[in-house]
Order: sequence, then structure tokens, then C-alpha cells
Amino acid sequence: MDHLFFGYFAGVIALTAVLVVAFRNPIYSALSLLIMFFHVAGLYVTLHAEFLAAVQIIVYAGAILVLYLFVVMLLNLKTDDRYHSQWRAAAFVGGPLLIEFFVLLAGSLSAPPAALPRADLETGDNTLAVGETLFSTYLFPFEVASLILLVAMIGAIVLAKREGPETPAA
Amino acid sequence: MSIPITYYLVLSAVVFLTGLVGVLIRRNIIAILLSVELMLNATNINFVAFSEHLHDLGGQVFVFFALTVAAAEVAVGLAIIIALHRAKDTINVEQFNLLKW
Repeated sequence: MDHLFFGYFAGVIALTAVLVVAFRNPIYSALSLLIMFFHVAGLYVTLHAEFLAAVQIIVYAGAILVLYLFVVMLLNLKTDDRYHSQWRAAAFVGGPLLIEFFVLLAGSLSAPPAALPRADLETGDNTLAVGETLFSTYLFPFEVASLILLVAMIGAIVLAKREGPETPAA
Repeated sequence: MSIPITYYLVLSAVVFLTGLVGVLIRRNIIAILLSVELMLNATNINFVAFSEHLHDLGGQVFVFFALTVAAAEVAVGLAIIIALHRAKDTINVEQFNLLKW
């Protein structure tokens, strides 16, 4: 049963990931990325990370993707975008990575890692456990993350603001 | 009956490679940002899979931080795209050569 769920989620994730790159129209790319986010959230649920699954849907599918679609429609893009002429550099980087991927795959299949003994961490409330970890061990990174969000917000406003002299109701 | 972690690593590697290829071969700057999202999600899958495998919640907390950074990246990136589109009337990255020597 586990394998069935994993196979479904992994298949859809891999397919939609390829579609994101393959679609010419950015709106179709964004929509297939949306499907991928939902299936990644499902994968998180099978991994006992229910809180992250909810956050994935709320933040990624609800906020980030809407922002993308908003900008795509705001800019009113044409779809005549062709692939980059830089494909030689892409092949130069992608080829060794692909080879490395297959080497690692062959190595890991021959020697499967031993599963660690199960701790009793997963029992109970995942959200509670994540919250306790976040606000005790990772309290300082949490504050830094909030600072990052503040800086990004100010930066986005400054960058997207219309320049030049003050014009009423631009 | 649990899934071996190798499967998650393979899935994550496939998604990451797809995103990398997308960043390198697409010319539309929005498609490039979407490919960056693909790569971030691949690392998130890895984090959560290892968090389950090692029974350590630190992985899930790190996904939380990665999500924060992704949100910040999208906000700033899209603002830059809007500013570029205003200046150049295009979002084709090959037209943006102001900083090339």
C-alpha cells in the first residue's frame, strides 16, 4: 500500500516537473507546478509530516503560485519563447550531473542503507513536535527567517515601485 | 512496510535535474524562476525523507526555513522581473545584457 501511494505521488511529481520545463506557455508551467505542489504535500503526509503538508499547500500553492500567475498575467506574455542558445553550457553541466546520478544510483542499489531503529518520535502530534523543536532548538534561525521576510518585503516594494518624480495616481 | 530512502533520493534527484535543465535552457525568466522552485522542492523532499529516516525533526524545521527563503526569493524575483519588464519591455533573458562585458 505504501509503495502504491509512493509510486503514484512520485510518478505525478516527476511528470509535472518535466512539464514545467517543457511547456512553452508560462501559465501552463505554473499550473503544472501547482499540481506538483499538491502531490509533494501528499508525499509529506505519507512521510508523517502533516504540518509541512499543510504549510506546503497554504504557502506554495496558495501564495507563491498565485503571485506567479499574477505576474504572468500582469506582464501579458507572449508564448513565442524558444529554448536558450546556451544549451552547450547546459549540456556541459547537466551531463556530468546525470552521470553522477546514475553512478550514485548504481552504488546505492547495490548497498541499501540500513534503516535506523524506530524511535517513538512519530507518535503523537506532528505540529506540536515541530513547534516545540522550532521554538526551542531553532529559535534564533526562526528570528532570522522573520528578518529575511521583512527585508524581502521592503525590497520587493522598493523594486516594483514606479520610479521618477511623484505622479498622483499612476 | 516502509519505502527505502533510496527511492526518495532518486525522486529528488530527478526533480532537481529537471529544474537545473530548466534554468539552463529556458529563455523566459519566469520559467527560470519556476525551475528554481522545482529545485527547492527537490531539496525539501530530501529533507523530509531524511527527517523520517533518521527520526529527527530538524529536517522538517529546515524545510520550514527553505520555504521562508523561497517566499522571499519569489517576492524579490518577481519585483525584479516587473522592474526589468518596465525598463526593457521583454522578459527574455538574452535581451538582458547590460552587465555583460
